[in-house]
Amino acid sequence: MEDLHPTQKVDRSAPAIDVRQLHKSYGDHEVLKGIDFSVEKGQVVCVIGPSGSGKSTLLRCVNRLEEPSSGQILVEGIDITDPDTELDKVRSRVGMVFQQFNLFPHMTVLRNLTIAQQRVKKRGRAEAEKIARENLAKVGLADKEGAYPGHLSGGQQQRVAIARALSMDPDMMLFDEPTSALDPELVGDVLDVMRKLAESGMTMMVVTHEMGFAREVGDKLVFMDGGVIVEEGSPVEVLTNPQHRRTQSFLSKVL
Amino acid sequence: MTRRQRQRAIRMVLYAIFLALVVGLLFLVDWESVTRNFFMTEAFTGTWQDMVLTAAKNTILYTIAAFVGGFVLAMILVLMKLAPVAPFRWVATGYIELFRGLPALVVILFMGFGVPIAFGGWRPPGGIIGSGLTALMLVAGAYMAETLRAGIEAVPKGQSEAARSLGMNGVWTMSSIVMPQALRIVVPPLTNELVILLKDTSLLFVLGFAANQKELTSMARDFMVSGPSAGTATSLTFAALLYLAITLPLTQLVSWMERKQKRSR
Repeated sequence: MEDLHPTQKVDRSAPAIDVRQLHKSYGDHEVLKGIDFSVEKGQVVCVIGPSGSGKSTLLRCVNRLEEPSSGQILVEGIDITDPDTELDKVRSRVGMVFQQFNLFPHMTVLRNLTIAQQRVKKRGRAEAEKIARENLAKVGLADKEGAYPGHLSGGQQQRVAIARALSMDPDMMLFDEPTSALDPELVGDVLDVMRKLAESGMTMMVVTHEMGFAREVGDKLVFMDGGVIVEEGSPVEVLTNPQHRRTQSFLSKVL
Repeated sequence: MTRRQRQRAIRMVLYAIFLALVVGLLFLVDWESVTRNFFMTEAFTGTWQDMVLTAAKNTILYTIAAFVGGFVLAMILVLMKLAPVAPFRWVATGYIELFRGLPALVVILFMGFGVPIAFGGWRPPGGIIGSGLTALMLVAGAYMAETLRAGIEAVPKGQSEAARSLGMNGVWTMSSIVMPQALRIVVPPLTNELVILLKDTSLLFVLGFAANQKELTSMARDFMVSGPSAGTATSLTFAALLYLAITLPLTQLVSWMERKQKRSR
């Protein structure tokens, strides 16, 4: 296995994601105020909360698209806040799906799925295309490999984005409000793909507003507000019997 | 008067003013003199080989040379502006501000006459033309660098985030995700730069070229004092028409591309 860090080694028995006392500030504004959070291997953890609660920032810190101000983030036992960590290699093992899809508009769907495989994973073109086609089939878009992203619906684009992330054979997937930019009738297809992925045993961290998905698919539900984790537990428990007043008030508005 | 009648009256007055101006012009202008000085037919037929095959060709060649050189320079400047080490950014910013702030003519005179004086007769390769083209390139590079920077900034941040999240490094992200999209965005403004550069090649006439090196403006100026159109300004009209024959299609192309981009967004 390639080296992700000169001294630290991947520990497959460690939690997939282990966040310790994470703080993040923009200037004087503190967005994350000491987060302790973990995702076990194979677990699906959903993070909910009002906008501005810091849930997307937390998720983006996990592959360091945001630079943490202080604290530790361990991904499979490797501290990604350590400057010696080979960040690009860690990122290639952590799939990410964005609210705005972020497909590369100047490339075909197939090329979107193969470019990072070839550059980062050093796979040959034929192998990369074979893996890409398998993943396109998984998300039900095998017939769209020659299309450009601009010609696909939002739901199709998001499924392509999921297939793109899966083509890197990630150990875990991060979802940043994957259905928030979609028309209501397109949400179901994307959630179906995510549900199948969860059933296949994928480790997932999902920032979402889809309470139904969180209840049915999630192993753990985390409620964030004001930069702290207010409450966490089994989804059914948190959703039906919230202990904290802030959780109760948030759920009464969205359910 | 009702509102509608008032509007109609205003419109009639505007038409009347326009008509009066046109008629006045027709009567006031000495058309015979205009034709003789600006549109002498023999002059067109007598000079077209020099004007088109030499001068217009040179204008186009000089434009392309300065554009290609300026584009390469602009790319280097933009990469310097994105460099993680601050002094590179300072140099690039200083360069861009300096050359956007100077008149192109001053830079041409500096390169053509100032540099050889300062460096014991040394000048850029290509003699006096090389000097002039280097000057145009230095100026065009500064403008194009700003255009490229704007193009790169117009690519949504999510594009590079997606590439980085797949494990692609900064160089791959820039070269295969951000740059291709930025270049597509800057094709219309870069074509505008090309038109401006084409017109700026006329400034090179101050350097004084050999006959076969002359571009449109210097050639036209020669034909004002010699040849079949001597003593008239017909050669300037000819040059003007040739400039328009090149620039008008280009500016039309730019508006077509801009309309197309707006539709595809």
